[in-house]
Amino acid sequence: MLLMIILVSTLIFFMFRAMPGEPTAFVVDPSMPPEARQVLIERYGLNGSLWDQYKVFIKDLLQFDFGNSFFYGKPVMQIIADRIPATLILMLAGMVFAYVIGIFGGALMAWKRGHKLESAGITIALIFRSAPTFWVALMSIILFSVRLKWFPAQGMRTSGYEGESFREIFMNLDFLKHLILPSLVAGLYFIATPLLIMRNSMLEVMSEDYIEMAKAKGLREKTILYKHAARNALLPVVTAGALFLGSAIGGMVLLEVVFSWPGLGREIVQAVTRHDYPLAQGSFIIMSSLMMIMNLVADILYAVLDPRISYK
Amino acid sequence: MGDTIDVKKITNNNANKNSIARLFLKNLKKDKLALVGVVILAIFFVIGAFSQHLAPFDPSQRHYNEEGMIKRLEPPSKEHWFGTTDIGRDIFSQVILGTSTALMVGLLASFLVTFIGSTLGIISGYFGGAVDTIIMRVVDLFYAIPFIPFVIVLSAVLKPSIWNVILAVSLLSWRTVTRLVRSQVLSVAQRPFIKAARVSGAGHGRIMIKYILPNVIPIILLEMAFNINSAIMAEASIAFLGFGDPTKQSWGQVLHINFISGNSRNAWWWVAPPGIAIILLLVSVFFVSRALEEVVDPRLRRR
Repeated sequence: MLLMIILVSTLIFFMFRAMPGEPTAFVVDPSMPPEARQVLIERYGLNGSLWDQYKVFIKDLLQFDFGNSFFYGKPVMQIIADRIPATLILMLAGMVFAYVIGIFGGALMAWKRGHKLESAGITIALIFRSAPTFWVALMSIILFSVRLKWFPAQGMRTSGYEGESFREIFMNLDFLKHLILPSLVAGLYFIATPLLIMRNSMLEVMSEDYIEMAKAKGLREKTILYKHAARNALLPVVTAGALFLGSAIGGMVLLEVVFSWPGLGREIVQAVTRHDYPLAQGSFIIMSSLMMIMNLVADILYAVLDPRISYK
Repeated sequence: MGDTIDVKKITNNNANKNSIARLFLKNLKKDKLALVGVVILAIFFVIGAFSQHLAPFDPSQRHYNEEGMIKRLEPPSKEHWFGTTDIGRDIFSQVILGTSTALMVGLLASFLVTFIGSTLGIISGYFGGAVDTIIMRVVDLFYAIPFIPFVIVLSAVLKPSIWNVILAVSLLSWRTVTRLVRSQVLSVAQRPFIKAARVSGAGHGRIMIKYILPNVIPIILLEMAFNINSAIMAEASIAFLGFGDPTKQSWGQVLHINFISGNSRNAWWWVAPPGIAIILLLVSVFFVSRALEEVVDPRLRRR
């Protein structure tokens, strides 16, 4: 996996170096005084060949040093560390929402196969999967924030608030109020995955003999549904979730922009528009590492949850 | 729904594109949703093809009212079906013109993606061994790249243009196609007729194109249909973030201008139409590709 991170970073390194214009402008802030620039240019080997620059880049990477952000004037790693919790919390909140509703809804849909409920569920999942997340976000702001005034429309805290520690920022009601709308929208986007997978896997499970057996024993329908069938049907849903979570990291970018959510995704967009290349490069590498970790988690979950699968 | 699978037909013409089309049409009569999908899709294609003629106004033309004032943020009216923007531009025309961009990106990108993906998938599955390992490792690598951030960075590196959006989408989406096609090819390549072809002296290229390709065409077509959606969505997202082609009208761009001009909260008529257009297009493509899936994979037919 470390190798993969290095490979992805290499790709991004050469992508940035392939940009037209002066190469030093991507690593060293062009607005610096010339003497200070010269020092940094030597530090990053920019007067050397591309290979020299690459060596310095990889060496820094292994020490989690992505250089300094032009805009903030702080180390990139520090900015990213500040932003990651916000992104993860939003993503997890959306995920929990999608999974709770998706799993129960999917099980119910399979149980009442052919019922109106089933086609309604599929249609809703389909529409929210086809709708661009940012558009759903915009519409929900119009509806819930502007018209109904239920939730605040943007940010993570009421503006003007400056929290210092993690506890101060995330552990209170004001934050929760700001979290509801974005996580709801994220959840609506995620929901198709657990809902449809749960439905399909329930349909499969329900045709098995032991369900027939449970019915023959005269157990109540609810007991069979939730205790016998749903438990076994959960397996593919969980693993697909980890995989999906990985790919969702990228999708959070749009939500964060619309809701002005101070997360990693919004940071990368701003970094690119501000030509803050070290920050853009750093956030990209971190995002892709997060994705790799989630893919790995999915693989491990797969093996842990289903004893039939083993890795040689 | 009736279930009359013409087994003979499927097995005989499995590889034949004609039969897919015929089965698809037959399926349409039974599957109402697919029919609706085809109709909506056809309407989109007509709008996309004649968008220049259908748009009532120039999208960047400013409209004035009788008193000579710019029509700022006017709600929908008879003259402007979707209302006007903050600088008096006609939203309906912008949405109409955006259709052709969406369709062009969707079709071109999905074609490129399936072309690259299936070529690599066939090569990987057919040769196996070291070639297979290398290609699959590259696929693994691409699976670790977050889609939207990559496209953002790429469009920052390259100049914002519609072609770069297509390129960026294609660069990342081929991975799924390669995986799927490869797994299909792995089983096809084991069948006796491939060995027979090899014994009778057919070269690698000939076997891949004449014997393996026809057997994986159904899955390739299907993937192409699914990729249209992800390409359209990607284009809209990029344009919304402001990294799209500034010279081309697109749905994402309509929303981008709406968002950065700070009017996303008060002008619902400006926000709603592009999004609804995207949903309609994507849902109809989905219905059509699902009908296609049922034709390609008889196990999925409805009981």
